[in-house]
Amino acid sequence: MIAQLTKYERQLALIILVAVSVCGLAMVAVAQDNVLGVHGAIVLLAGILGAFGVISSYYDPEPGDDRLERYFDDPSRMGIILAMVWLVPALFVGDWIAWQLAYPDLTFDAAWSSFGRLRPVHTSGVIFGFGGNALIATSFYVLQRTTRARLPDQLSPWFVLLGYNLFCVIAATGYLMGVTQSKEYAEPEWYADIWLVIVWVTYFIIYLRTLVRRKEPHIYVSNWYYMAFILVVAILHIVNNLAIPVSLGHAKSYSAFSGVQDAMTQWWYGHNAVAFFLTAGFLGMMYYYLPVRAGRPIFSYRLSIISFWGITFMYMWAGSHHLHYTALPQWVQTLGMTFSVMLLVPSWASAGNALLTLNGAWHKVRDDATLRFMMVAAVFYGLVTFEGSFMAIRSVNSLSHYTDWTVGHVHVGALGWVAMITFGAIYASVPWLWKRERMYSARLVEVHFWLALAGTVIYVFAMWNSGIIQGLMWRTYNESGTLAYSFVESVVAMHPYYIARAIGGLFFLIGALVACYNIWMTIRTADQPADQRLADRPVPALAGATAPQPAE
Amino acid sequence: MDNDFVVWFSKSFGLFYLIALSIGVLVYAFWPSNKKHFDEAAQSILDHEDKPHRDQPWR
Repeated sequence: MIAQLTKYERQLALIILVAVSVCGLAMVAVAQDNVLGVHGAIVLLAGILGAFGVISSYYDPEPGDDRLERYFDDPSRMGIILAMVWLVPALFVGDWIAWQLAYPDLTFDAAWSSFGRLRPVHTSGVIFGFGGNALIATSFYVLQRTTRARLPDQLSPWFVLLGYNLFCVIAATGYLMGVTQSKEYAEPEWYADIWLVIVWVTYFIIYLRTLVRRKEPHIYVSNWYYMAFILVVAILHIVNNLAIPVSLGHAKSYSAFSGVQDAMTQWWYGHNAVAFFLTAGFLGMMYYYLPVRAGRPIFSYRLSIISFWGITFMYMWAGSHHLHYTALPQWVQTLGMTFSVMLLVPSWASAGNALLTLNGAWHKVRDDATLRFMMVAAVFYGLVTFEGSFMAIRSVNSLSHYTDWTVGHVHVGALGWVAMITFGAIYASVPWLWKRERMYSARLVEVHFWLALAGTVIYVFAMWNSGIIQGLMWRTYNESGTLAYSFVESVVAMHPYYIARAIGGLFFLIGALVACYNIWMTIRTADQPADQRLADRPVPALAGATAPQPAE
Repeated sequence: MDNDFVVWFSKSFGLFYLIALSIGVLVYAFWPSNKKHFDEAAQSILDHEDKPHRDQPWR
């Protein structure tokens, strides 16, 4: 890690780490509540450990100029490992709270293990810990291959990756101590938010600096999606987190917005986090890994551009569908609903584009579980965007809102689309990154595929049933015009579905453990022949080289 | 800036800028001379070579 840094970069790394340590120390010094003190200690520890790491290798020989003959993949390797490291505990916590809903005694009477604190650990863990690390890792990989330019330096990618993970640690530990801004998916408090802005701007600058040095004038469409993801997440994050801390010594802050403006800002953020974090970023992943793995160019490049602009500009207006039947002006609700319905067009254009790319490669989908992960992801993407457009319609929303149907919908997207495309991308890139011919075990990829698919299907069918029953029970009236069911009766009715959902989640978790073992063994097993694609040294380009053979 | 103004602005400027944007995107995507770049881009990721270029950037 340090060996790849030049002398100048090592000095810069030390300066940054000392600055981080000083910030941590300052947080401890001014802290007037326990939370800020603990977080200061974590920051201080991270800074000191990093500084020791740099110092211990400070006098190692510098990397030679021959490094410029290769892409800089170290942060991508670490990013994939970190994604899997986040995935397992985040899924475990998710499944734990799923069992808590069926059996409330499983909180064990501790504050930190209550549903309200563990839920954001689960959501942030899977979205930011797993998804975010996977996006950073694959974006660096794809950016370099599609521009044929090496990352601009060796330090800033590490800063982004490790700084981002520091944010994730601060977020997760904060939730356990009861920290929250009460904004869904934006729970971390002001000091964590400021740190993320610094990291995220650096991320965008890396992208721009690499693109400037690209070989071809045209920028491949994956990079458009990745850049939309980085840029818009920065805008959303900054605006939604505008807040005034109680004092520099307190973790607590108050939002700059209040009332319905606060709700609108939050759901403008919340829905665009779905759009740009969980959709645009992963579409960028899909537009690279799916064609490469299938060995075929994307079905229609034009369609990918049209759907890109459709997705980026329409999603911006869709957030108000989270606020149907609220104090938000009716026309704003209708605007959000209309744009949500229109979004079906670019969304299905992307899903269809992916599936049509596989025409002529269906035999590969049958034989190769990695490609099948990506194919199933595209199917679920089509399904979840249809469902989302449908649920955004005001009259449908009156049935679905506040019920488990919403939870089911989110997990069609999160498990079926985001996680599946990421597993596909990870299984494709692990052999390329570690220069192996294939994954350690193709059979374990197959096992993981079926566990993940079965888990997703069990989960979403349980939640669809539960949500619709719940919604109907809440709106059923008897002859005298009063509600036919009490709330607790609807809770009792959901119990079997909650058990089914937790079992589905368990399947998904076991699949993730299988993936970790398989990835670990692929990295450890060094005696597999190297993939031609990733020869260490530049290979003289042969005229009419054979079609690429993605690993395995 | 009251509610009426925002409504008026969304229904006029908002409408036309989104229509203009849609037309712009369609023209760009279907402009005949762009087809070559698009086809090359779609093919480029299947390129076998896996090392950075050492030439000058494209411009």
